[in-house]
Amino acid sequence: MKNTVEQFKTQASKVTADLRHRGLIQTALGKYEVQRDRRKSAFQSWESARQIAAETKWEAIQSLDKHLMEFATKLEARGTRVHWASTAQQARDIILGIIQAKKARCVIKSKAMTAEEIHLNEAMEKAGFEVVESDLGEYIVQLRKEPPYHIVFPAMHLTRGEISDLFHRELGSAPTESPEELTMIARRALRRKYIQADVGITGANFAIAETGMVSITENEGNARLSAALPKTMISLLGIEKILPRLSDLALFLPMLATAGAGQTITCYNSFYSGPRRPGECDGPEEYHVVLLDNRRTELLADAEQRDALHCIRCGACLNVCPIYRNVGGHTYGTTYSGPIGSVITPHLRGLQDWKHLSSASSLCGACTETCPVKINLHHHLLHNRRNAATEKPARLEKLAFSLFATVVNTPSLYRLAGFFGRILQPAHRWIKGTWMDPLRPWTQTRELAPLAPRSFRHHWRARR
Amino acid sequence: MKVTLFVPCFVDLCFPQVGMSMVRILEKLGHEVVFHEKIACCGQPAFNSGYWDEARKAAVPVLQQLENSEVVVIASGSCGAMLKVFYPELFHGTPHELKAVDLANKCFEFSDFLVTRLGVTDLGARFPAKVTFHDGCHGLRELGRKMPARQLLAAVKDLTLVEMKEAEMCCGFGGTFATKFPMISSAMGEVKCASAQDTGADYIVSNDSSCLMHIQGLASRQGKPLKTVHLAEILASS
Repeated sequence: MKNTVEQFKTQASKVTADLRHRGLIQTALGKYEVQRDRRKSAFQSWESARQIAAETKWEAIQSLDKHLMEFATKLEARGTRVHWASTAQQARDIILGIIQAKKARCVIKSKAMTAEEIHLNEAMEKAGFEVVESDLGEYIVQLRKEPPYHIVFPAMHLTRGEISDLFHRELGSAPTESPEELTMIARRALRRKYIQADVGITGANFAIAETGMVSITENEGNARLSAALPKTMISLLGIEKILPRLSDLALFLPMLATAGAGQTITCYNSFYSGPRRPGECDGPEEYHVVLLDNRRTELLADAEQRDALHCIRCGACLNVCPIYRNVGGHTYGTTYSGPIGSVITPHLRGLQDWKHLSSASSLCGACTETCPVKINLHHHLLHNRRNAATEKPARLEKLAFSLFATVVNTPSLYRLAGFFGRILQPAHRWIKGTWMDPLRPWTQTRELAPLAPRSFRHHWRARR
Repeated sequence: MKVTLFVPCFVDLCFPQVGMSMVRILEKLGHEVVFHEKIACCGQPAFNSGYWDEARKAAVPVLQQLENSEVVVIASGSCGAMLKVFYPELFHGTPHELKAVDLANKCFEFSDFLVTRLGVTDLGARFPAKVTFHDGCHGLRELGRKMPARQLLAAVKDLTLVEMKEAEMCCGFGGTFATKFPMISSAMGEVKCASAQDTGADYIVSNDSSCLMHIQGLASRQGKPLKTVHLAEILASS
């Protein structure tokens, strides 16, 4: 699909030309880095923690089938209904089926990237339900009818002023730039929705196989309310969320908070394992867990890139990525943006349509360096490029590289190329940067390094 | 020691002084420098673009020429990473695999060779200027070397090194990425130039001419008074 590439390039050109936008993102993520480093230093050894986390996730994914069965069996034993969805369509159908059976009108949702992935909100709205996002950032982007900008900070691209204008327009509130007041405006609107909602939908941060528990991490308490007040609760999660043991959270909860938001620990960490039991004062009457595959098993089958399933969606790779920092989250046109999105989207949505994301990287490796579970992110971008070129080579490019390989390592041809380069160089300045310039992709924004009058080889020979 | 110097194509054609500085330094330290004229490219452009067959086509002559070297010094962190880190993967499962692993074990990026292998930091150089150092990503993350270049700079007389903000941030070159996505590449370069300018340094120094080519190209086009110089040139000056 040419569309996805052209769209990406157009959007990237637009955002990179917007210095205000770039400044905003870079300032925000710069602050994140300071906080993250401060929290990281609380670990006795962050590197050992990463190693243990990587090994734990490896264990979880390596025996995913067993862990998932254990997880489901334990949940079901407590009266939870577990649903298995192979595709996005199946997941939507399952969830819509539950909501319809409950004759619900209003659905409250806490943040879930899997819901974005399967376009759940659109499906529910189309079926006539009112859906309200309860995470403040998600609520803001929902009001703007936009997808989240970042997997952890959905509204990070907006200033207080823009949020104030939005609330004024959509909720009729008085303009204010105070974060506290803005939060209170959203809170007042959302509280009513929690009470009205018949169904609450959440995502999950971890799925504990050993105990059959869904672990949800959040800073606002909105997931707890989404889970506690409506009569029916649904958790939608990707099958890769598995952790083998409850005790693994002793590492993963602080790690997620540190890598994701530069926090010691996220404010609220809750576990859900079943519906309200006799004698309990709150909680849903029915609890459904929907396990989503949606081509994750294809990634599982790829031994080289399987570790991409270790991802805990902390967003750390986005935060340090110089590409993300300059093109922003919406440019990717995917649910998962940044390095992890560029790695997995070709697997989830088709290699040929999304391979450009793997090319849109300088392969600097900042993502791999920061990833708390040590996913070999930037090398997987290389693997995607190789797989794409092997599956469907761009003939001209392939030919060019073949020719290049011959010329550079055949001394006579290499000398000839250098000779012509030096002869043509003076004429180049007349066409430099214009549409006639074959080097335009470089010269449009940069000067070309001139060919030296004499090459290193020449000097070398002269010296001997 | 017999040191085989690998000078990649862009250094050969555009920055011969970088290669010559390395020759002078290595000879000054009493080593014999060997150079193979038959090879100019490690194959990284094809490799990074996904065309691994074509990359192998370029890389096989490199493997063959460098096969019997005692030690190989590479005049670029990026090409260094290609030989040291990616050749074993590129040739995995081929008849050349052992040769690739063997070569990887005796490859060094220039500054890493001086400091880690030879244990030399003071070359008696003098460079009266304020400089900031840009880490090429391949040297920094693939080869895992941050300190050698800084140790070498610290010993240069009359030189002041000031670290820039986010010194480890990529400059945006990225090989073919720079021409496939020039808008992103240039935006990244602008951030890098701004960080360097904020230090008030006269020069941006790096051990990778490819990064410098991109940074200098951008700064010159935008009329920024930034100068770039390769680490080897500084170490060879007196």
